[in-house]
Amino acid sequence: MDYVPHTPDDERRMKETIGIKTVDELFADIPEKYKLKGFLDLPSALSEQEVAGLMKGISSRNKVSPITLMGAGVYNHYIPAVVGSVISRSEFYTAYTPYQAEISQGILQAIYEYQTMIARLTGMQVANASMYDGASAMAEAAVLSAKTLSRDKVVVARSVHPEYRQVVRTYAWANGYEVVEIPYVKSGELDRDALSRAVDDRTAAVLVQSPNFFGVVEDISAFEPTVHAKGALLVAGFTDAISLGILKPAGEMGADFVVGEGQGFGNPMNFGGPYLGIFASTDKFLRKIPGRLAGATLDKEGRRGFVLTLQTREQHIRRERATSNICSNEALCALAAAVYLVSLGKNLKKLAELNVKKAHYLKNKLAELAGWDAVFSAPFYNEFVVRCPDPAKVNQKLEAAGIVGGYEVEKDYSELAGAILFCATEMLSKTDMDRVLSIVA
Amino acid sequence: MELIFEKSKPGRMATIIPDADVPETPIAGIISKGLLRDDVDLPEVAEVDLIRHFTQLSKRNFGVDVGFYPLGSCTMKYNPKINEEVSRLPGFTNLHPYSPFKFSQGSLQIMYELREYLSEIFGMADFALQPAAGAHGELTGVMVIKKYFERKGQKRSQILIPDTAHGTNPASGALCGFRVVTVRSNAEGGVDTGHLKELMTRDVAGLMITNPNTLGLFERNIEQVSAIVHGRGGILYCDGANANAFMGITKPGDLGIDVIQLNLHKTFSTPHGCGGPGSGPVGVRKDLVRHLPVPRVVKKGKRCDWKYDFPDSIGRVRAFYGNFNVMVKAYTYIRSLGPVGLKRASQTAVLNANYVKERLKAYYDLPYERICMHECVFSGRRQVKESGVHTSDIAKRLLDYGYHPPTIYFPLIVPEAIMIEPNETESKETLDAFCDAMIAIAKEAKENPDMVKSAPLTTAVRRLDDVKAAREPDVCWC
Repeated sequence: MDYVPHTPDDERRMKETIGIKTVDELFADIPEKYKLKGFLDLPSALSEQEVAGLMKGISSRNKVSPITLMGAGVYNHYIPAVVGSVISRSEFYTAYTPYQAEISQGILQAIYEYQTMIARLTGMQVANASMYDGASAMAEAAVLSAKTLSRDKVVVARSVHPEYRQVVRTYAWANGYEVVEIPYVKSGELDRDALSRAVDDRTAAVLVQSPNFFGVVEDISAFEPTVHAKGALLVAGFTDAISLGILKPAGEMGADFVVGEGQGFGNPMNFGGPYLGIFASTDKFLRKIPGRLAGATLDKEGRRGFVLTLQTREQHIRRERATSNICSNEALCALAAAVYLVSLGKNLKKLAELNVKKAHYLKNKLAELAGWDAVFSAPFYNEFVVRCPDPAKVNQKLEAAGIVGGYEVEKDYSELAGAILFCATEMLSKTDMDRVLSIVA
Repeated sequence: MELIFEKSKPGRMATIIPDADVPETPIAGIISKGLLRDDVDLPEVAEVDLIRHFTQLSKRNFGVDVGFYPLGSCTMKYNPKINEEVSRLPGFTNLHPYSPFKFSQGSLQIMYELREYLSEIFGMADFALQPAAGAHGELTGVMVIKKYFERKGQKRSQILIPDTAHGTNPASGALCGFRVVTVRSNAEGGVDTGHLKELMTRDVAGLMITNPNTLGLFERNIEQVSAIVHGRGGILYCDGANANAFMGITKPGDLGIDVIQLNLHKTFSTPHGCGGPGSGPVGVRKDLVRHLPVPRVVKKGKRCDWKYDFPDSIGRVRAFYGNFNVMVKAYTYIRSLGPVGLKRASQTAVLNANYVKERLKAYYDLPYERICMHECVFSGRRQVKESGVHTSDIAKRLLDYGYHPPTIYFPLIVPEAIMIEPNETESKETLDAFCDAMIAIAKEAKENPDMVKSAPLTTAVRRLDDVKAAREPDVCWC
């Protein structure tokens, strides 16, 4: 099935108009010796029925678990039916970036509403239309900070997601910046003394997460002065976006940028993507932040309308002087997030509280098991680290029962041998958790 | 139209949260009050209000399913519905990326095989699927180049970009610390090889070419370009955004391309979702595979798994493995079309572009009178001269005729550029009707220029004040 509508007669008439006998003549600019003689070595074409069967078969080679204890940057949340209903509308999903505002008011207004809700949730004045994911959003905030301040050092907490730190290192290497990591203390919180020692006149940005990778809620206001005293910028990330419904916004605690993964807002886990990077800042960076921005304006008859605005920040205008090269973003995922947030409304807080309650039940019960202990003492959101006699064996037992176990943190933190990071969202019932307890005990 | 915030009424809700089935613990006893927020300031609406709001918004939006969308360089071909349907199978959507590899064999199979298919189609040794979009792929590709020279112990500080390359390329080069130098094009619209020879020193890491270029023209001198770049030890990068022109006809790897990024959301029919998600795989020649991002999917016997241990890798460019769900759609597309269908898609895309070019060349200036590839570029300079109607006016007038306009004012080397990419999925009738509209607008420009300049007349809003939007930024209903 090639989706080409031409009949042989259509093709003949079109060739006549062009003045060619064969379509091959249109490829005369390609040197003959580089033209393929036969066809590509690929599987033969399939009908729709066949391809549907093939894909169903492949998808059934995956095992989707009704119980997952894995978080670590991606969260299994319930997605209200309205989200799928809206993003399945092909006026949205088959459109390109809204360059022609007059026929793109739908997505432009929706993105303006998304930006507003993200700004409110993060305590910021500006949010862009989305980045690729939470990790690249954090890396771009670091690069923007370094370019803005003309500094070349980035300080990142070790309690930031390991993969986020890797992405930050890649972007920093490409730009010639130094990356310094700072440890956590026994409670699981950032080591403030180490932060004071690490931040200096070369430091462009300090990158933290709250909740951090261990689920621990950080008191950002406690170390914000240390960062700003040296003129550096504070980039506050988070793990699960739903936590924004309960935690004090980082923007109210002195962060210059709030970045993170928006997947939790109505986007399925999808084996790693697509997700959306949330990127918000104070209005000081309005004319510098990367990515698209939808802005309100008026049409020639005085009606409110929306456009992509402040495009002189962007790569296609500023070219090699741009602070970012982002072009496509994750607009449809941002639309899903907007629909999700409208659907949840003020109940977002209640949902976040439910996550806290579930996670605390599981943690308390696990800590009662012989040989099991909580690793950190600081308050946590919906994830926590516990030490147990044999994490690999625990995960094997869970896997044998068809359950996705926790994250074995030792692979990224050698000092945390024997520890597992577990997550409990609203999707885990007490019955599920009691079953988990009976399996691992 | 009202904002969702203007429709909000205290006390309404669209979703209720289940009661806790675990012992109730007061939150304040768990997290100190200073770390908690007071309220969540989100709209309060009923479910029916929500659906009507977003349905009304969708009616104010134009997609490929609404009408013809010849947006140059964006390959807005039809997005097959079966791709959407299979991508929503719960076996794909509900899988956590850190699921045990025994749970994820289906997804890993798709990624493993998609890499193989793309390598075959483009003649590259391997592909990395991690980049989330075309520009992300460019950045990754340039990082690979940087790593290659770093490992060889060579310091090269510049990267060359032709004036006919894609607009994102300069920023991608600069974000890897390279100084970007522009190579001129010649009278035929190809790379000026004399200028390239002059610029291509041992301080140059490589050339980022777009082929076919943004004039819609194939680089006839590609062999010479490759010889010049490689002769000085450089890397030849190809922006593959225009790959819809040559699938099954020629392979970039055979043309001397060392690194290429693709846009699955263009060439491989995955929808663009109003600006994303995309997917920007990066393919490389054999000795550059070691520098691709980690992790890479590998096969061990019949099973696939992730491998992280590639010490010469550039590292990661995002978390997890890429936009997997987009890959499912691209995979489905390749399996649907097969080798014959992919070739016919490219042949037809080129046929359609040349047909449109022939039908319009009497009415609009054609700066490069050559066979074009999958898109053709006109100039609106005649209309400006004759009646003061600009390309932007022509684009806005097309809205009244029910079309999404072509890409305009790009490439920069063509004044008043109109870049038309019709795609292979459009019928002769659709192309004819579009050409008729373009011809009618050329006539209107002569006879009634003021009307054209005041277009659009029939859209939900009239021309919007971009200057006001930029001068008095309002990006948040705060």
